[in-house]
Amino acid sequence: MVQAINLALAHEMAEDESVIVFGEDVARSGGVFRVTDGLQASFGEDRVFDTPIAETVLVGMSVGMAAEGLKPVVEIQFAGFMYSGFDQLINHASRMRNRTRGRLTCPMVLRTPCSGGIKPPEHHSDSPEGLLAGIPGLVTVVPSSPAKAYGLLLAAIRHPDPVVFLEPARLYRSIREDVDTDGVALPLGMSFVEREGTDLTIVAWGTMVGESLLAADDLASEGISATVIDVATISPLDMSTILDSVAQTGRCVIAHEAARQGGFGAEIAARLAEEGLTSLLAPVARATGYDTIFPLARLEGQYMPNHRRVVAAAHRVLEYS
Amino acid sequence: METMATDHSHTDIPFTSFVKSDGSLIRDLPEGTPDPEAVIPLYRAMVRARTFDARAVAMHRTGRLGTYSSILGQEAVGVGIASAMAPDDVLVPSYREVSAQLVRGVTPVELLLYWGGDERGNDFAVPRRDFPNCITVGEHPTHAAGVALAMQIRKEPRVAVCALGDGGSSKGAFYEALNMAGVMNLPLVVVIINNQWAISAPRAIQSAAPTLAHKALGVGIHGEQVDGNDVVAVTDVALRAIERARAGGGATLIEAVTYRLGDHTTVDDARRYRPDDEVSEAWKREPIARIRTFLADARVWQKSDEEALRASSSGEIDGAAEEFLAIEPPPVESMFDYVWGEMPPEFAKQRMQAMSDWGRDA
Repeated sequence: MVQAINLALAHEMAEDESVIVFGEDVARSGGVFRVTDGLQASFGEDRVFDTPIAETVLVGMSVGMAAEGLKPVVEIQFAGFMYSGFDQLINHASRMRNRTRGRLTCPMVLRTPCSGGIKPPEHHSDSPEGLLAGIPGLVTVVPSSPAKAYGLLLAAIRHPDPVVFLEPARLYRSIREDVDTDGVALPLGMSFVEREGTDLTIVAWGTMVGESLLAADDLASEGISATVIDVATISPLDMSTILDSVAQTGRCVIAHEAARQGGFGAEIAARLAEEGLTSLLAPVARATGYDTIFPLARLEGQYMPNHRRVVAAAHRVLEYS
Repeated sequence: METMATDHSHTDIPFTSFVKSDGSLIRDLPEGTPDPEAVIPLYRAMVRARTFDARAVAMHRTGRLGTYSSILGQEAVGVGIASAMAPDDVLVPSYREVSAQLVRGVTPVELLLYWGGDERGNDFAVPRRDFPNCITVGEHPTHAAGVALAMQIRKEPRVAVCALGDGGSSKGAFYEALNMAGVMNLPLVVVIINNQWAISAPRAIQSAAPTLAHKALGVGIHGEQVDGNDVVAVTDVALRAIERARAGGGATLIEAVTYRLGDHTTVDDARRYRPDDEVSEAWKREPIARIRTFLADARVWQKSDEEALRASSSGEIDGAAEEFLAIEPPPVESMFDYVWGEMPPEFAKQRMQAMSDWGRDA
């Protein structure tokens, strides 16, 4: 996935000279995960550059650059470090178009590694998509594979509004797949049906898509057929794909790595209750992180909901009368 | 220093002033306003701004305008910095900048619309690139840094000018933006409008720095003070800073020392925390009377000029107030129409629902 993101960035920088890539350690070192490796050599110091360690101004400066007509693609080194930029995202980036009746806009992309599984120090493993989903005017995307990362990042850079692009760090080098690097974007605001089944619908994003596909394999060996949906764009949410699937299967498991309380699964479950209740044959179940602090390395594997916890949730919805 | 009792004598921060509060000149007029006639437009702009300001406060008191933050006493700063800017420079203001905005070409109707609670007031016909007010104190120097960086990357001879208050200069975002401006040699001018009070917090509890302009030293950019009640001085200092930035000479932090003669906003009562005698002393240094005296003494401004200016300013603002009050509130669906560049389908459904909720035909 590292390579797919790098190729997407290079493609857009070649196509559109207003695309500017910057952040901490992105230029000389090519980023702590090497996502931006080689970009400065290809596109020069004006368009790819290192900055002081100052997340607030990184996000705020992106607002100013975007309003002036550039396409800033700023990297925040880890999702847990983006919170000092939240004022900028909430009060400024997401509102600029609305506040000025469209006179000024904010087509920026904030890329940041998210989620657990790489045994890092504290604050490096957060999954903040639920926090971001409550911000009107801000698009939040979580790719689940190299191909998704490539196509969705192209779309994010071309999008007219601010996008937070959350890159699950443990997928950076764990998935190998061929990716068509043809410059064709995937649609934002659309979920993807990864696997079709008849007995239940598993809704997931980011790291949990792979776990859910593993869970579907396990369930298949029990004779249970599961649909797996990759939400991909958290906000704006494509609820119709989920509703259509649950109308077929009648049962739904929502899997995400963030804590359960206030997690984005709650919104999907509420929407199912509001708009899909008559399709449901069982209560919705969630397989999520616990409502606790993401632990240090020794316990991280027990915090993150793996495919076995997805299977257990599936059993709960299947066994309900 | 005449304007405020900040001791800058032991610092290497320059302090610029030309016109004393009694209207006499401390030294020859600067290059930007070489003769008294050249000062007349600045004087006119200050009177126009004060007329607008008084009307806005009065309209709040009679329930026809929302909460408004008065610029009373600070007219010279806004007029000075805006007069020093080129039309395609970009102003990134806080929420006490109507004097600058009026000079930039924002109309009184637009300003009343905004303060009257209508986003359409931020859709300036002129100047299209200027930012809307930043209400979150001290966060917008980061935007100005980004604007300046965009200008620099595109090699445009333009400058970003950011105005904020003394309170805003305590914010982390302010320091981060200044630091970035130094590192990247940005074409940026940041003006701290030090009006001595951040709501109820006096300058003394904002910072232990001898002057707020000292904050430039730690980040390696130019820093200076100016008498913020002297429109000639503000214009001069701003012109020099802007032209230096335009020529690639880097960013400047200007501390304009002035005084907030009014309340923080129309819903504040400064008498609760501020001594009356301090305010009455500050009135003796206010920016408009001194220039009127200066112009009259230079025999370029007659009583009839003054009467004509007062009449035309009042007439303009009366007309603007009438025009604003006649503008219907926007329809409910306008809440939805500018959130997204491409409206998501489910968001569009909620927009329809809102229209139905409020009895509007889709």
